[in-house]
Amino acid sequence: MIPISWYLVLSAALFSIGVGAFLIKRNIISIFMSIELMLNAVNLAFVAFAHHWHQVSGQIFVFFVMVVAAAEAAVGLAIIIAVFRSRETLNVDQINLMKL
Amino acid sequence: MNTLLLFVLLSLLKVAIVTVILLTSVAYTVLLERKVVGRIQNRWGPSRVGPFGLFQPLADGIKLFLKEDIIPSGVYRPLYLLAPMIALGCALISISVIPFGAALRVHGVDLFQIADLNIGLLVLLAVTSVGVYGIALSGWASNNKYSLMGSVRATAQMISYELALGLSLVGVVLRAGSLRLRDIVNIQSTHGMRSWNIFGGFQFVAFFIYLIAAYAETNRTPFDLPEAETELTGGYHTEYSSMKFAMFFMAEYANMITVGCVATLLFLGGWSSPFGHLLPVIGGPIVQALLPVAWFVAKVFFFLFLYIWVRGTLPRFRYDQLMGFGWKVLMPLALANIIVTSLVLAIRG
Amino acid sequence: MHLVLFLIFAGLCLAGALNLLFQRHPINSALSLIVVMTSLAVLYLLLGAEFLALAQIIVYSGAIMVLFVFVIMLLNVGAEERTHGSRVAYLAGIPGVLALFAILASIFLSLTKNLGSAQLGGFIVSTSDLSRVLFRDLLLPFEVTSVLILVAILGAVVLARKEH
Repeated sequence: MIPISWYLVLSAALFSIGVGAFLIKRNIISIFMSIELMLNAVNLAFVAFAHHWHQVSGQIFVFFVMVVAAAEAAVGLAIIIAVFRSRETLNVDQINLMKL
Repeated sequence: MNTLLLFVLLSLLKVAIVTVILLTSVAYTVLLERKVVGRIQNRWGPSRVGPFGLFQPLADGIKLFLKEDIIPSGVYRPLYLLAPMIALGCALISISVIPFGAALRVHGVDLFQIADLNIGLLVLLAVTSVGVYGIALSGWASNNKYSLMGSVRATAQMISYELALGLSLVGVVLRAGSLRLRDIVNIQSTHGMRSWNIFGGFQFVAFFIYLIAAYAETNRTPFDLPEAETELTGGYHTEYSSMKFAMFFMAEYANMITVGCVATLLFLGGWSSPFGHLLPVIGGPIVQALLPVAWFVAKVFFFLFLYIWVRGTLPRFRYDQLMGFGWKVLMPLALANIIVTSLVLAIRG
Repeated sequence: MHLVLFLIFAGLCLAGALNLLFQRHPINSALSLIVVMTSLAVLYLLLGAEFLALAQIIVYSGAIMVLFVFVIMLLNVGAEERTHGSRVAYLAGIPGVLALFAILASIFLSLTKNLGSAQLGGFIVSTSDLSRVLFRDLLLPFEVTSVLILVAILGAVVLARKEH
């Protein structure tokens, strides 16, 4: 017997850490990973609410989030590879020009 | 409380027995491979230690255990030490959902399966997909160009063939309507060989896709590019020695055994007899319980032999051929198999 | 039982997330993120989402994070350095994030009574329940996501291809 709110607090904590990592990290891959962490935190909240309302739809939401995250990871990592090819750096502070 | 304690103790005992049997069969699969490949290449294979070389695995184990444990100075230590544990751990975990024989309960504990899960097949796929890290990290942490090349190849190969592998299983799942491995075997054990997925289920295309993809997943010939010794010395385990090398080695053979078990369960009717109910019922309850296990072991042995036979026969693929084959041939075939299977099932109702 | 499992895996989640934050090297961050995702899968199991738990491991730990590790290996990324931008982010970000967490946590904790509690096995969604909703009521969104994935594949191939 665990209060649903504990799961939600855990999800909030993970989300906040994700936001913090997103702000602090300078490596573009690490920034991308903190986005994934935030998505995961939200997924936990969805599953906890699905448990509370006894509704399958909450889990379906998670399913779609996973699909979107997979698509996002594929495109995002391809962009990172393209950026690395042209700039030879992954530090976001140095990637500040729209065009070389 | 007493029943719970008994349950936990029996389960732990079961886990210990299965692990010991698995590790022993890993050792003897190595011997089998050396013997069979030896005969294919017209030599004897190991024959000095014990009768027919039967104690060779023991000698190999002692040798690997007593070798000096070298950690090269340039490696990234934490991941270098973690990688073989991930590889072996994942290889051993996946055996936990596999049923070895017909359900037989003693004090509520299933004798021939560690854990009977509703989603057993997904657990197998999940553990396989996590197993990639062992190889990927070993190459990266070794700080060696051959290791890195080997593990980059292995990672790309494993994520490519995992898709074909997963898709080839969909036909089987559609036919059984369940992800539970016992359900999948049960619908194949009604009419002997005729109801096996590979024959009666018309899943032979899926069977071959699974087999090829599984060979690539376990990095075995003809897909052993990650450790192609002519180009990469040892591939991802070049920098590993002693027990850490042995762990990779054991992981590879444990994975072979798991693949054999899964192929048996999904396509060859698991523990069911190929003759169905044609044979008269023989023996007492003990024989009745052990006979399915014997069938299961025989089928898995067939797959192990096939593995070794293929290794002794086929040359290695070129890397671009490997990728092209995976994406352009196996994937579309697996998708076509899903479409045809679901159409047939829908028409039949 | 439920409490013990929850505490272990929630602790692992938090430890992994904090490790992601504090590690300098991307590969360490990636590995701690894998720990977070796998422990989240166990929490999903506790909440009765058996298919999602395994999908979480297969999709996140087994596919997305492998891609990350693969790209880190391919580009041979080194440890990141601290720059001016990160100092600004520290000063403005940490208080903001703490405030965000405090607000969210206080809201959730104030709702503890209304939300009730989770029971082990209280609400188990089998794979067939999930697929019934997904393939009957939500068929159109499902098909649309397949188009999304197709577009993503094409985009990834075009972006990552070497120009001749």
